[in-house]
Amino acid sequence: MSRMSNVNLRRSAAVVLRQYYLLRSSPVRLLPIFIWIGIDILLWGFITRYLNTVAHSGFNFVPALLGAVLMWDFFVRIMHGIATAFFEDVWTRNFLNFFATPLTVTEYVIGLVVTSIGTSIFGLLLMVLIAALFFGLSILSYGTVVAAFLLSLFLFAIGIGVLACAIVLRYGPAAEWFVWPIPAIISPLACVFYPVAVLPKWMQILAHLLPPSYVFESLRAVSAGQPPQLLGLLISGILSLLYIAAAGWVFTTVFRHALRSGLIARYSAESVN
Amino acid sequence: MECVLTVSNLAKQYGNKNAVSDVSFHVERGEIVGLLGPNGAGKTTTINMILGVLEPTSGSVQIEGLDLATHRSQALSRTNFAAVYAPLPGNLTVAQNLRIFGMIYTVSQLSARIETLLDQFNLQHLRNTKMGVLSSGEQTRACLAKAMLNEPTLLLLDEPTASLDPATARDIRAQIRAFAARNIGGVLWTSHNMLEVQEVCDRVLFLSAGKILLEGDPRKLPAEHGQPSLEELFIAVAHEPCSLEGSST
Repeated sequence: MSRMSNVNLRRSAAVVLRQYYLLRSSPVRLLPIFIWIGIDILLWGFITRYLNTVAHSGFNFVPALLGAVLMWDFFVRIMHGIATAFFEDVWTRNFLNFFATPLTVTEYVIGLVVTSIGTSIFGLLLMVLIAALFFGLSILSYGTVVAAFLLSLFLFAIGIGVLACAIVLRYGPAAEWFVWPIPAIISPLACVFYPVAVLPKWMQILAHLLPPSYVFESLRAVSAGQPPQLLGLLISGILSLLYIAAAGWVFTTVFRHALRSGLIARYSAESVN
Repeated sequence: MECVLTVSNLAKQYGNKNAVSDVSFHVERGEIVGLLGPNGAGKTTTINMILGVLEPTSGSVQIEGLDLATHRSQALSRTNFAAVYAPLPGNLTVAQNLRIFGMIYTVSQLSARIETLLDQFNLQHLRNTKMGVLSSGEQTRACLAKAMLNEPTLLLLDEPTASLDPATARDIRAQIRAFAARNIGGVLWTSHNMLEVQEVCDRVLFLSAGKILLEGDPRKLPAEHGQPSLEELFIAVAHEPCSLEGSST
C-alpha cells in the first residue's frame, strides 16, 4: 500500500488545529504574517513609482518590479510559514509527544503545509490589496498565467520549507538561524529583479536549476508585453516537484536518523554524542 | 492472560556502549508491571523503544501482536504514555491539548471523551488554563488525561508521580489502578518510589546496566533475595548487580 493511502487527514488536521489555536491566542504570531510583506510592498511600490518618474524610458517598473516583489514575498511567506509551524514544536519540545503517537511523518508535514497555505493566503490577499489600491497593480493584468507563477513558487516554497525543517531536525534548535535567511541566499540566483542573462555563465547554470528564475523571466516577458514563456514555466513546475520529492526524501532520512540516534527523544541536546 | 506488550531480545547500542542488552518481557492485559532500576539502567531507553521514538539495534516490540517496526502507526494507536520529561505544550490550554491529541489518536466522540476525562482527573476548572501555568500535580493530571484519551491497551508511565505531593501521588496511583482493574489494557510503570511500586505493581522487572536482573512479585521478591524491603533490594541491585545476576525468578 502506498504511503499516501495510509494518510489519516484527521491527524493532519490536528497539526493544523494546534497552529490555529496558537495564532488565535497570540497577536505576536499574527502580526509577522502581515507586517513585513505589507512594508515590503509599500517600500517597493514607492521605489517603482520613483523609477517610473526618473527613467523616462516608457518602461513601466510597477508590474516588472513590484509584481516580482509580490511573487517573491509569496514564496518567502509559504516557506517561512512551514518552518514557523515546525518551530512551534521545536520551541515547546513537542517532538516526543507527537512522534510517540500514530501520527506519521507524512501526516505531520501535510499539517505544516496546510497551516502555511492558510496563513499565506491572508498575506497574499493583503499584498494584492496594497499593490492594487496604492500602486494600481492588478495581478490579473498578467493574465491567467499568474496562476502558473503562483503555483510553481508555491511548490518550490514547500520543497524549501520542508528542507529547512529537515536541517533543524538534524542539527537541533540552534540551526534555526540558518532557516530565516534561506530566501535571501537563494534570491541572487532566483533572478527576482534582473534577467538571468546578466549573471556570469556559471551563475546562470545555477539559476536554471532554481524554479523561480523561470517564473521571473516569464513575469518580465509578460510585463514587457511579450507572451509568457510557457516552456520555462513547465520546466519550473517540474523542477519544483523534484525539489518537493528531494525534500521529502531528505526529511524522511533525517527523521529515521533521529529515531536511530535517539535524537527525537532528546532533541534539546542537539546531538546524542 | 492476553499479552498487550511483548518485548523480545531488545537491544540498543550507541557505538560500543550497550544501553540495553537482550531485554525480553511481556505485559498482560489488566497487569501493572514496574520497570525498576538505578539511573542510567536503561529504563527510559527501553520505554522510548516501545514508544517508537528510538529504533532498537536488534530485537522486536509487539503491541497487541502488531510489530512496531512494520506497523508503527497501528501499533502506536493502541498505546499512550505520560512522562515527567514530556510535558504537553505549555502554550495551549488543557482542553486544547486534549482535543489535538484526541484527533491524533482518532478518538471517536471526542468532545464527550474530553469531558469525561476532565471530570475524572478533576480538571474541569482548569480546562481553559494554559498548561505552562499549571502546578506539577495539575500538569501530571492533564498528562494522564491525555494518556487515557484513546483508552490504550498499553499505557506507559515513566515516573508519573515524580515531584508530586503524597496526596496527589496517591490519587494518581488510584487512577492507574482503576484503569488496570477495568481490564482494558496493561501498564508499564517506572518509579523510584519503592513503596509506591510495592503498592501498585503486580510484577516488577529490575534493570541494571541495560539487562533484566530480577523479575517477580514486588511483595515477595525482597525476601527471596535476602533483603528486608524492596528499597534494600533496589540498593543491592544498584551497588552489587553482579551478586544478583542470573537469579531472575
